[in-house]
Amino acid sequence: MPDLSSLWLTLRLALVTTFVLLLIGTPLAWWLAQTRSRFKPVIEALIALPLVLPPTVLGFYLLIAMSPNAPFGGFWLQATGDTLSFSFTGLVIGSVIYSFPFMIQPLQAAFEGPVQQAMRTAASLRASRWDSFFTIAVPMSVRGFVTAIVLSFAHTLGEFGVVLMVGGNIPDRTRVASIEIYENVETLNYADAHALSLILLIISFLTLFCVFLFNRRFPAHVRL
Amino acid sequence: MEADFETRTDYDVEAVVGSTGKLYAQIVYGAPYDIFLAADRERPNRLIEEGQAVEGSRVTYALGRVILWGTDDPSVLATPDIKRIAIANPNLAPYGKAAEQVIANLNLTDTTETKLVLGENVGQAFAFVGTGNAQVGFVSEAQIAIRDDAEPKASWSPPSSFHDPIAQDAVLLARANGNPAAIAFMTYLQSDAARDIITQHGYDLP
Repeated sequence: MPDLSSLWLTLRLALVTTFVLLLIGTPLAWWLAQTRSRFKPVIEALIALPLVLPPTVLGFYLLIAMSPNAPFGGFWLQATGDTLSFSFTGLVIGSVIYSFPFMIQPLQAAFEGPVQQAMRTAASLRASRWDSFFTIAVPMSVRGFVTAIVLSFAHTLGEFGVVLMVGGNIPDRTRVASIEIYENVETLNYADAHALSLILLIISFLTLFCVFLFNRRFPAHVRL
Repeated sequence: MEADFETRTDYDVEAVVGSTGKLYAQIVYGAPYDIFLAADRERPNRLIEEGQAVEGSRVTYALGRVILWGTDDPSVLATPDIKRIAIANPNLAPYGKAAEQVIANLNLTDTTETKLVLGENVGQAFAFVGTGNAQVGFVSEAQIAIRDDAEPKASWSPPSSFHDPIAQDAVLLARANGNPAAIAFMTYLQSDAARDIITQHGYDLP
């Protein structure tokens, strides 16, 4: 039986990452859905970058940025007494960047069109913006939220390259399931590799299955 | 060595660079290579056992040296000033295993256990130190030899008795049996010219 601590760590990383992404992603996706700024395509391209960049590129830049010699990494070391690289927090930052498009794109799509129209109608009836956001936009975009949350979660579960570059393979801190599987394969320990892979496959399948099941029941935009 | 060999003979060499484990897997699955220069002894041996390499062609062309990079005093490893020590993963890399043995010989295994960060290979351990993410690390002397640093770091070479020799073997692969160019290169590997280049790049000779 393989050590399951790496699996718990993976689940924790995916949960924390998804939560952080939801907090950052919602306002940003909202802004993108309604802005006419000429910087919008630049921002959109930046957000989509992790879809096409090799994780090694992202990992390499993160390694440089997190170094105590770099401004950001140095500031972090001063403030917390610990380096960002080789830490759980460092992995969360890496995963947030890595899964960014998976949160933003479904949310942005959900917020566009009918939702904006409904918001304008609400504004003409003098509803406050916050009020109508939570009573109109959020319920109308349930499907977008579910897709964004689940995809971000599932994508972080499968993260490997970035963690390999900045993690340092420390048990209970940065040794996530994908790294443990890789090490098991490289050391010809196929039994544990099989067991962990199968568990990860089942979790990933069930997660994705839930989205598609949910999406079948809800149309792209819920009409109120 | 590639360039030196080409000036001395009429043959051309094309080098494919990769980690020993991955190149081994490629050879097993039929990669069109003629010679395998491994960073260990185990993989060439296994190729001979599996009939993928020519029996009797195996030579140890270099002995790797592990070096502590970032300080000239190994006793600081146990002090709180050092937060992270990079080594290659001992389960995956010969240099990682050697680093572990050196740490054990320094009687620092317990005091450094929580500080170790593992690179997938010695190249990654080097990158952890080179980018400043770890203050010190055990790397290969060959890596330091090829890097001209603007700011060279202090280093400490453990006595060779502190770890098993990191023997690096070369073999002639089965498809190159009788290939004069490949045989010439295997002979060249043991020539004085090749041995000079090997020692200049941070390796010992067998």
